[in-house]
Amino acid sequence: MSTRLATGGRRLDRSRRVAFTFNGKRMQGHPGDTLASALLANDQMLVGRSFKYHRPRGIVASGAEEPNALVGLGEGARFEPNQRATTTELFDGLSCISQNHWPSLETDIGAVNGWFARFLPAGFYYKMFIHPRPFWKHVYEPFIRRSAGLGKVPNPGDPDRYEHFHFFCDVAVIGGGVAGLQAALAAAEAGARVLLMEQTAHWGGRAPVDGGAVEGQPVVDWIDATLARLQDMPHVTLRNRCMGAGVYDHGYLLGYERVSDHAPGSDAPRHRLWRIRAGQIVTATGAIERPLSFAGNDVPGVMLASAVRDYAVDYGVSAGDRTVVVTNNDDAYRTAITLKTLGLEIPAILDARQQGGGALAEEARGMGIRVENGKGIAKVKGGRRVTGVAICAQAGEGAVLEEIGCDAVAMSGGWSPVVHLWSHCGGKLIWDEALALFRPDPAQPPRGADGAGFVLAAGSANGALSLGAVLADAHAAGQAAAEATGHAPGATPAPQGTEDTEAPIAPVWLMPQGARTALRMKSWLDYQNDVKVSDVQLAAREGYESVEHAKRYTTLGMATDQGKLSNINGLAILSDALGQPIPQTGTTTFRPPYTPISFSAIAGAARGPLFQPVRKTPIHGWHEANGADFEPVGQWHRPYCFPRGEEGRHEAVNREIRQTRESVGLLDASTLGKIIVKGPDAGRFLDMLYTNMMSTLKPGRCRYGLMCNENGFLMDDGVVVRLDEETFLCHTTTGGAEAIHGHMEDWLQCEWWDWKVHTANVTEQYAQLAVAGPNARKLLQKLSNDDLSAEALPFMGWTEARISGIPARVHRISFTGELSFELAVPAGRGLALWEALMVAGEEFGVMPYGTEAMHVMRAEKGFIMIGDETDGTVIPQDLGLDWAISKKKHDYIGKRAQQRAHMADPNRWKLVGLETLDGSVLPDGAYATAPGHNANGQRNTQGRVTSSYHSPTLGRGIAMGLVHRGPDRMGEVLEFPTLDGGILKARIVDPVIYDKDGEKQNV
Amino acid sequence: MSEAVPPLGGARFNGLAMIEDAGLMGMITLRGDLASAAMKAAVKTALGLGIPDQRQALSGEGGSALWMSPDELLLICARDGVAQVIASLEDALAGRHFLALNVSDARAVIRVTGAGARETLAKLCPVDLAPGTFTPGMVRRTRLGQIPAAFWLDGRGAFHLICFRSVADYAFGALCDAAAPGGAVGVHG
Repeated sequence: MSTRLATGGRRLDRSRRVAFTFNGKRMQGHPGDTLASALLANDQMLVGRSFKYHRPRGIVASGAEEPNALVGLGEGARFEPNQRATTTELFDGLSCISQNHWPSLETDIGAVNGWFARFLPAGFYYKMFIHPRPFWKHVYEPFIRRSAGLGKVPNPGDPDRYEHFHFFCDVAVIGGGVAGLQAALAAAEAGARVLLMEQTAHWGGRAPVDGGAVEGQPVVDWIDATLARLQDMPHVTLRNRCMGAGVYDHGYLLGYERVSDHAPGSDAPRHRLWRIRAGQIVTATGAIERPLSFAGNDVPGVMLASAVRDYAVDYGVSAGDRTVVVTNNDDAYRTAITLKTLGLEIPAILDARQQGGGALAEEARGMGIRVENGKGIAKVKGGRRVTGVAICAQAGEGAVLEEIGCDAVAMSGGWSPVVHLWSHCGGKLIWDEALALFRPDPAQPPRGADGAGFVLAAGSANGALSLGAVLADAHAAGQAAAEATGHAPGATPAPQGTEDTEAPIAPVWLMPQGARTALRMKSWLDYQNDVKVSDVQLAAREGYESVEHAKRYTTLGMATDQGKLSNINGLAILSDALGQPIPQTGTTTFRPPYTPISFSAIAGAARGPLFQPVRKTPIHGWHEANGADFEPVGQWHRPYCFPRGEEGRHEAVNREIRQTRESVGLLDASTLGKIIVKGPDAGRFLDMLYTNMMSTLKPGRCRYGLMCNENGFLMDDGVVVRLDEETFLCHTTTGGAEAIHGHMEDWLQCEWWDWKVHTANVTEQYAQLAVAGPNARKLLQKLSNDDLSAEALPFMGWTEARISGIPARVHRISFTGELSFELAVPAGRGLALWEALMVAGEEFGVMPYGTEAMHVMRAEKGFIMIGDETDGTVIPQDLGLDWAISKKKHDYIGKRAQQRAHMADPNRWKLVGLETLDGSVLPDGAYATAPGHNANGQRNTQGRVTSSYHSPTLGRGIAMGLVHRGPDRMGEVLEFPTLDGGILKARIVDPVIYDKDGEKQNV
Repeated sequence: MSEAVPPLGGARFNGLAMIEDAGLMGMITLRGDLASAAMKAAVKTALGLGIPDQRQALSGEGGSALWMSPDELLLICARDGVAQVIASLEDALAGRHFLALNVSDARAVIRVTGAGARETLAKLCPVDLAPGTFTPGMVRRTRLGQIPAAFWLDGRGAFHLICFRSVADYAFGALCDAAAPGGAVGVHG
């Protein structure tokens, strides 16, 4: 039984109790408990089921490396899957459920998989589910998904608040253990701005449990004193519950702060994502103990020796009354000594080393503990709980020498430095033969833009395992980081810590070393994904020599714990199976985040109304108040139409078009891009930017222009206005303003840097209103004393006028084919002008029209729309726009590309109008079929629909499309298969269907 | 004659910081050779200010001059003084290559003040806002959440944030969210 001891538990507040539930069962713990320690205190050793075989799983570790104790935490909208019990601080009212079991944790049907384990070897899924192919989608995948029980999505949405925080410092230290504290202190004493992050709620790391002395004082006192010193330094920021999640290029570092996970219901955000720029990063991330690979090492009650010690010292919890310790190093003796001191039984310490341990072993023997050198565990007895161990000689094949009754096993296979953050951005590792561990190679750090390293490892994370070595290493790292950021380190030496007199570790990758198949098939490497020693060996036999391939084939290290316990053991087994040294096998790639972080933290504030910016025109509020049905255009929201009463979209659009064609309508065109281009070289510049000639445009006149990219493809269009001799105003598409402005600056800054041209994006300075329809002039003259007659302001001209007292630039341009004026006024006056026009226009029945009416009207006129008729592969010549391509200019952007053979090929698809024989509307994007099939067995095609609408003006469907040699094939009928299996027939016609001679707009 | 409508209509929110619509003001984009004597004289005559250095904002009685890029300033003055300032610039720079434009309606200005102002901005802008680093008289073009923005810090500890008019609601909403009670980070005093 695991239980709460009568005394001890330095993190606990024993005077208070907190209540929580696990699978609905009521339990109690103390403030200071983790969920894991509280579960153990309630004798809840069984906490989950493994992924593949649904084997019973107990708590193995005490920190972020825990692979088994994953729970679904919270309820309803606050439910969170895959939360590690070992890193979850207990709070009153916590409720959690175990995962991957059905119908219950105790009785799980999926456990039958375990009986067939010998038929579910490594790569089983690949081997089994590949044939027959259609079975994957319809049979195998749904089955596998149903049996995958690790977590569910919360429903409904998350009610908590999340945020980002940008922070800058000279030195960021990750890890608040002894190494992190000392590194931070050394850097701060040199004057560097320091950020020190600790993932748990506690400072000092393992040191308070492991003990030792610094400068003759107990290490806990040194921790308190150092923390106090750091807190007093104004240039030091301390952050606990904040994990270093990932290291990226240029000293970019992500910190994941769990602000109020432990205090639900507060008004603080739940998580905060720290987006840090650090000059230097010190990874003082400690080390993680490795399990030993023996048969039955996954039975609940088998735990890491350090975790057993943590639970006893930090939380006053014993994993069992009788604990067998099994080890290949001296550190695990500390666990035996700790437990014995607390009055618990240690039936035996099994030391796999033939020579045994050093001083700590002597101390254990001195306490009367039985120590067996050269021995190991052949097999753990028990199913859902450890009941005993069978011991054997480590050197043998597993012949049982003796069985010892016990209810817990504390194992230690040595320590692995946490090198994840060192490795994220390219730091390399070296294999330390003496310590049997991978540690950071100081000669190959992650490098910044200047080629110098920007990450330093410190303490245990750097392979320094004794307290004295940790302090010296961390001090040096802190000073080096300060120096690298321009701060001269002080002369203070590193504090002196206890030096160990430990006997060397003996690498043990399999216990016993010659374990037979039956034992290897029960020796777990990856607890969560059920990968055993035998699986990795099979992968090696089947030719998986790369550690990356073996990982994916066996799923070793691919669970939510990312192999924190299993990776090194697994690659050691692989190396052995391949008969090569461990460094030659190498490690898999360490990728951020270090442990999973919440999606909500990544999203931050970007949800609900802040999910994405919505750009609003100055008249947006009026549109909302008047029932506009909006559509997104880029980030703008534009009215698609303005339905009235019970009217549907289609009726509203038809009404708006009829009104505009017959009388007058208003369009909010404020979203159109407006870029000022000014300077002595402005005309020359625009001649290069547009396909047609702009330098010849006279002040007071407007000209439609096309803009292509270097590959000749049409990218934007719009009307260019010449304001004065040196100044042009370029209109762009709604979505194109920023990109085209960037395009202009790119050419000016990078290519034609000596041309005298200034640009400015003034899109938002102006509200732009289109007044279109036969009564447009009448309406405007009601509000203006300025002469807007055809003589004073002819088609494609512009003038300045006061409309309703508001100074406006009035352009005679038309996108509807009607008499049309576009009025540009300062944005702050836009709404006033719009309202004045609505009132003055009452006698003409004036109404606003939306983007759909605009689209239909432009299509009736055969005007192209960027993004409909173009898709990045269309050149102006495809659209019959040759008239807008200057033959006189020696160059413009895209000209050379348009002369390439493929672009000049007469066989290109070209723009035509399409008229359905039955008057119906062609589906947008439909393809015209051609005889025969292509190499993929698909019907050949000869064209496609680019725009298609119902035209209320003509009372039938109208469309434009790109058709193979289209303009040469007028009158031909094409066939367009529809999605419902039918075929629509359409005749190739002229794209201009309405007022071909332009008489209506030119009045 | 109608008055211009400000994009935020006097909105205000008091949380960790005070977030307020700063209302209408005059703004002029000025591009040209900032190192030239003519430009120096022109800005001096128009606003009584020198040419701000990189990332600097200069303020005086006539208004402010904010550095925007190596060849661009944003001049801020009274709204009814814009025409006069532009006329003065055009006069002083006649015959030279420059651009002076009235952009007073293109942007919204939001004032962020109070103890939590730095942290509020630091939640949204990738800028080092430590008190010793971002000091009065500094201007920074950056982004605020998902939109482009710029802000400067005046001598009285108020941040002035400018963004395009169309996204004023987003900027105001994002600032209010960042300044929501309970969210103090506790690092920028």
